[in-house]
Amino acid sequence: MKQKMTAIVINEKDNVATALEDLHEGREIRVIVCGKDECVRLLTDIPSGHKFALFEIEQGSNVIKYGEPIGHSTVHIKRGQHVHTHNVTSPKNRSAR
Amino acid sequence: MKYFDGYRRADGKTGTRNYILVIPSVGCSQGIARQIARNLRNTVYLPNILGCGQIGSDRAIVKKTLAGFGWHPNVSGVLVIGNGCEQLPADEIAREISATGRRTEVLVLQDVGSMRKTISLGRKIVKDMLSNASSLKREPVLLSKLVLGTECGGSDYTSGLASNPAVGVASDMLVKEGASIILSETPEIIGAEHLLAGRAQTKVIAQKILDAVAWWEAKAVEGGQDIRDANPSPGNIAGGITTLEEKSLGCIHKAGTTPIEEFITYADHPSRKGLVYMDTPAHDIEQLTGMVAGGAQIVVFTTGRGTPVGSPIAPVIKITANKNTYSVMRDCMDMDLSKITEGRETLQAAGRRVFDEIIAVASGKMTKAERLNQQDFCIFKTNMNI
Repeated sequence: MKQKMTAIVINEKDNVATALEDLHEGREIRVIVCGKDECVRLLTDIPSGHKFALFEIEQGSNVIKYGEPIGHSTVHIKRGQHVHTHNVTSPKNRSAR
Repeated sequence: MKYFDGYRRADGKTGTRNYILVIPSVGCSQGIARQIARNLRNTVYLPNILGCGQIGSDRAIVKKTLAGFGWHPNVSGVLVIGNGCEQLPADEIAREISATGRRTEVLVLQDVGSMRKTISLGRKIVKDMLSNASSLKREPVLLSKLVLGTECGGSDYTSGLASNPAVGVASDMLVKEGASIILSETPEIIGAEHLLAGRAQTKVIAQKILDAVAWWEAKAVEGGQDIRDANPSPGNIAGGITTLEEKSLGCIHKAGTTPIEEFITYADHPSRKGLVYMDTPAHDIEQLTGMVAGGAQIVVFTTGRGTPVGSPIAPVIKITANKNTYSVMRDCMDMDLSKITEGRETLQAAGRRVFDEIIAVASGKMTKAERLNQQDFCIFKTNMNI
């Protein structure tokens, strides 16, 4: 790889990327989405291991990682914003019980 | 189509190794089995302590697991050692194994009379089996003959982010070649069972996955542990894992993205190609034992913090994406995928490396666990011994 990536997108269906190091607000992050280079400007600090939105995520929409819904957004999440417990929830599928 | 170099068996299966296996049919004869196998090349014994005192369905699971190791394609010949009065007689296990055409012999201490004589007779039998086994050579065999077990243990943030998805790339490549992949450790999928069920080929398979999760969850609650409520843990959340689904998916992803073709119980053999789900505990060694008993000739084991675990008869490839773990625990680790977490390698490229390593190890390359003689074995059971 020519240039070191600072965030990883695991599956081409994902709408979030995960930071590989501490990333700071305002930085333009290069990510590979569906095989194409894209740049996402961070709207908040993203700690290492945490997620940020690749696209606008409407309130109540699925947050997709590993190609599957990992939860849904509780508010509208902007591209480049931190995605975590403050704006994502999941029912933990209690219907399985 | 791709190949590996394997040992063809009379029953049509192919091995990645060519062992003589000594199986104690009960814990009482474990020491004899160990001494028979001691210092003999390509000879291993199972450190089994069960075979007597099991109740309920446990007796059948013990028999299925021991027999599964006996007629495993990585095994050329088997010697079963019994004590003589155990509930699971050596003969019963031996009959199950020899029905597959595998050369099987039995020695029972209480029939032979003395431990020294049993060991001496046992070593003679094994040496004869070794002599026969040595004439078998590796031949090119289609990858479709492989059954790959997948496991994760000692996980950290690198597991779900890097090593599991990379192994998932290799799993998908193997499924394309017609191989079988086993995904297991049911307690780890609590929270994502609906997603996994959604990938099942049939409604029957989907329901079995949901039922298996419900069973394990109820058992955990009985034992005072609410897995669903306790996860993700505060440490997970601080590290960036937001939901239980995300945590479970990070584990599941090592088996790739293909549909689930079959649901099997502990130590059962897959009857279909592609991704197969085996219901096992998340206990690393019980899970490993179940997958190998089910015919997995090779296993990939991802870890973040490191683990030395290996199997008596199947090579276990240890993979980490944690640079520090690889550096300090190099004697236990086979592959370093830390370039992914450093942003210097894509998941696809790392996955291809894993795929190549699987072929190399299947064809004879020694793993670190084999070099260190890690022969971990433990059979899952649901009741206490009496």
